[in-house]
Amino acid sequence: MSFAAVNLQLLDGFKTTCMLFFVTLIAAIPLGLVVAFFSMSKFKPLQLLSRFFVWVIRGTPLMLQVMVVFYGPGLMFGMKSFPREEAVCIAFIINYAVYFSEIYRGGIESIPRGQYEAGQVLGMKKSQVFFKVVLLQVIKRIVPPMSNEIITLVKDTSLARVIAVGELVKAAQDIINTRGLIWPLFYTAVFYLIFCGGLTLIFSRIEKKLDYFRG
Amino acid sequence: MAILEVNGLRKSFGNVEVLKDISFSLEKGKVLSLIGSSGSGKTTLLRCITSLEKADAGTIIVNGETVFDASQKKADSSKERRRKQLAVGLVFQSFNLFPQYTALKNITLAAELAAKDNPQFKFSKKEILRDIEEKGRALLAQVGLSDKADSYPWQLSGGQQQRVSIARALCMDPKILFFDEPTSALDPELTGEILKVIQQLAQKHMTMVIVTHEMSFARQVSDEVIFMDAGVIAAEGRPEEIFDSPENSRLREFLNKFTD
Ligand SMILES: Nc1ncnc2c1ncn2[C@@H]1O[C@H](COP(=O)(O)OP(=O)(O)OP(=O)(O)O)[C@@H](O)[C@H]1O
Ligand SMILES: [Mg+2]
Repeated sequence: MSFAAVNLQLLDGFKTTCMLFFVTLIAAIPLGLVVAFFSMSKFKPLQLLSRFFVWVIRGTPLMLQVMVVFYGPGLMFGMKSFPREEAVCIAFIINYAVYFSEIYRGGIESIPRGQYEAGQVLGMKKSQVFFKVVLLQVIKRIVPPMSNEIITLVKDTSLARVIAVGELVKAAQDIINTRGLIWPLFYTAVFYLIFCGGLTLIFSRIEKKLDYFRG
Repeated sequence: MAILEVNGLRKSFGNVEVLKDISFSLEKGKVLSLIGSSGSGKTTLLRCITSLEKADAGTIIVNGETVFDASQKKADSSKERRRKQLAVGLVFQSFNLFPQYTALKNITLAAELAAKDNPQFKFSKKEILRDIEEKGRALLAQVGLSDKADSYPWQLSGGQQQRVSIARALCMDPKILFFDEPTSALDPELTGEILKVIQQLAQKHMTMVIVTHEMSFARQVSDEVIFMDAGVIAAEGRPEEIFDSPENSRLREFLNKFTD
């Protein structure tokens, strides 16, 4: 099998890896904000429910969650299962929304009360205080933990293999099984490294952009 | 006529009553200093008057309008609340400047946001924003920081940050300006510049209430002094009465701590 042919086959897996990465990111970033607001809600039952949910998701392996979403509906409720790709996306979105929500919550709660109070005594609306005063400070504080989490996501996509979704590592494994070639498996590392390297660059750019203020 | 009237104000945190039936009034254009030992309730009183804290009982009247009445059942609408809020300004001990904005923008931000509610805003946005900026620059000049318009808070000394925060409060044209220990977060050599700004405001007849531990300053700048002790007003009077011939024994004890 030629180098080019291996690349082509791996690229096919990499497409799935990228799809899973971007779908998770695009859905989990806003969904995490909703979960964060629930976890900070003044309405106790909602807050407790939300924090319980966060505890469960953070306290169990993502691999298990993927399997539960895929096999669960069929085995437990006799429902039609989700297609493999959808199941893995659902599990990833939930898992990452929860992790992001904790980062958001930490960021929002770390803003000193004085910032809200200063906005209030200047007659700003609550929404103005959030969007014009607090938000950018929160963003600045959460960029480093978010970039960590997002880089972890790149590598976590390989877990999709447990329900036979054809992502990058699965593609390499298929080459082992069909051609007996082992090097493509190690070679997948190059894809991950380049992907993560690009993300690291983007995040350090963002951090630089926000360097003009402190706080 | 009194511009500020506080009647029967009470405030508890849990079972601890921090303000116990506080009543006083202040004439327009006068400066009132609030002194008293730590924990006597000075900050809490300021926070109640500026709506950062909700008192349990009492009324607060600013410029003839009741801005707070504990017996009122119905909460004000958000718009009404903000309108009443703007009657008073507050300068914090820890400045609380907005770190992501320049000195000038810190001063003008709230006014710009408020201007959006002005029905004229759509038609003369440019003029309105230009007027606000001009006002902001004039205030910067007033506190002696014309050259710092484009500096971010972290680029300013504590004293400069506090002067920006005074200008920021002034930009909303409060009827009364409150200060909570405006110099106590500063190095001693920087307190002078803040006191000078406050003194200039006093000369312009800005009504002010100042919580301070700077006794000589309180004596110089104020028309009235209130001594708080354990949640009550233990003594009040003109600075000479309070500082030169204190009758209250707790006040004498308190002042003695400053004379060594
Ligand atoms: N949010 C709060 N919750 C509970 N107790 C509070 C709260 N704020 C203030 N207190 C208590 O109320 C009392 C009065 O506090 P306050 O800050 O008004 O005193 P102060 O006169 O400003 O003191 P200092 O000179 O140290 O600033 C203190 O015993 C304080 O512990
Ligand atoms: Mg205090």
